Amino acid sequence: MMILEVADVTKWFGGLRALNAVNLNLPEGQVLGLIGPNGAGKTTFFNVINGIYHPEEGRITFRGRNITGEKPYHVARLGMARTHQIVRPLRELTVRENVMAGACFGRERNSLGEAGKIADEVMEFVGLAQHSGQLAGSLNVAEKKRLELARALAARPFLLLLDEVLAGLNQSEIAIMLEVIRSIQKHGVSIIMIEHVMQAVMSVSDRLIVLNYGQKIAEGTPEEIAQDEQVIEAYLGKPELAKKLLGSEQDDGNS
Amino acid sequence: MKFRGSPGLWLILAVLLGAGLIPALTNNAALREGLFIILLSITLASSLNIILGYTGYISFGHVVFFGLGGYVGLYLINSFNLLIWFALLAGGLAAGLLAYLLGKAILRLRGAFFALATIGVNEAMRAFISNFPPFGGSTGIALNFKVYQPYGGATQALWLDYGILVALTLAAILLSYAIKTSKFGLGLMSIREDEDAAEVMGIDTPNYKTWAYVLSAILPGIAGVLFYFKNSSIEPSDAFNLNSSIELLVMVMLGGSGTVLGPVLGAAGYEILRGFLLTSRLFKNIQLTVSGIILLLIILFIPAGAVGWLHRRFPALRKVIL
Repeated sequence: MMILEVADVTKWFGGLRALNAVNLNLPEGQVLGLIGPNGAGKTTFFNVINGIYHPEEGRITFRGRNITGEKPYHVARLGMARTHQIVRPLRELTVRENVMAGACFGRERNSLGEAGKIADEVMEFVGLAQHSGQLAGSLNVAEKKRLELARALAARPFLLLLDEVLAGLNQSEIAIMLEVIRSIQKHGVSIIMIEHVMQAVMSVSDRLIVLNYGQKIAEGTPEEIAQDEQVIEAYLGKPELAKKLLGSEQDDGNS
Repeated sequence: MKFRGSPGLWLILAVLLGAGLIPALTNNAALREGLFIILLSITLASSLNIILGYTGYISFGHVVFFGLGGYVGLYLINSFNLLIWFALLAGGLAAGLLAYLLGKAILRLRGAFFALATIGVNEAMRAFISNFPPFGGSTGIALNFKVYQPYGGATQALWLDYGILVALTLAAILLSYAIKTSKFGLGLMSIREDEDAAEVMGIDTPNYKTWAYVLSAILPGIAGVLFYFKNSSIEPSDAFNLNSSIELLVMVMLGGSGTVLGPVLGAAGYEILRGFLLTSRLFKNIQLTVSGIILLLIILFIPAGAVGWLHRRFPALRKVIL
């Protein structure tokens, strides 16, 4: 069953066509990587899917329901959660309150009591438990990224949109985050992730799509994408780099 | 939802109830008048805090709800000989209704634009009522002393009025606490911290903001009836005086916006200070200047207010003093 179907979505900003007839089908339980150069329209694509922007053309179907033009809070309640590329912690609230807010207002719309229990579980899961009582504004970047993820997870979504959760993290932090993403997938949550850390996105994605100038220029398995001429030219640059990326992806699989 | 108070809350309520009862026990009318103003300010500041402190929207013309409530109440009492209970209800409803309609219209504005719009609403209301014959136009409404008879005369009526205000103040603090510790309150504070993120998390922000505004308007509407019933007259320049709005902001900021205790401390502290200033020969003409300076100093040095400063200095207090 398809959890998300995006059909011919076009979004204009004035005279700029930020998305041009983009299509996408995401089967339940899959991880889809969304890559492309800066300004390709990746975050705009997220904003259109979750209702922040309304597309001029096209149709978005989430779990069999047409959500084109719905408000972000309606989409969130249907079971779609997201993180932001530039972290948006609720600074003057504690870490626990941040995560509780995710649980209170997301898909399950839990009571405060329930939300507290979920928050404790999720903070444990992403490794924020020891910061529970701290103000969210006082966390460092890596922790704020994890908070974004925790808040989205606490909503117990069917579909999770991750916007560059690895950006700005060091190697060991990336490894931890990837571990977390893999276990989220094991829980049956479908994921679309925007990522620039190629090695990472190739290692966790079942499929990739590539955007360039608002257009989908390729779609396929990580292997196919790494060998796609158009993608290499638009984004990866040198063919040798592509081979290297593919190689390290296989290394990851072995380890 | 279960309601569980905290020791801190019960302490505030007990202190206020105790202080509120002193004039009645000692039959001291002068003290009653002094406390009336303090309790009134606590009620108004706690209510303003719901939209200002919890939701993060600066309602600069909040006195409009106080004035409108007073007008509706006095009109009903004077023209229809309604008992104060019904007038209170009507004043609260009128203020709540106005907030609901305004919320739908102007809460889409953010930041300074919303603050400016609320000033506009206050001025528009003043202009409207100044030209609205049923409410007495620019001369306002003066109560006929006969309206105090059902309560056993004016003296008794003033004591009753005061008693209701004590109860209303306690209600304002309970409401503030209940919101702060509820899921609704968590939603409001999420909006304050980041409205766009709140919307993405699933919070129906237009509705939440509107209801926060309504809840912050109802008690001021009721308080307006109480104040002008005691005053026995109301006129537009007094009822919609922007200075009162500014003073309310100072009180909330002084005590600590976004906290339950802050507006209580801020209102009491400010009124006591103002009492001194107004009776001192040196300051009596410039007491608003002093408020302005206080506001400036707060914004510069302790933007979080007294309670907020305590929270920052002693994080452990965060759980004790809400």
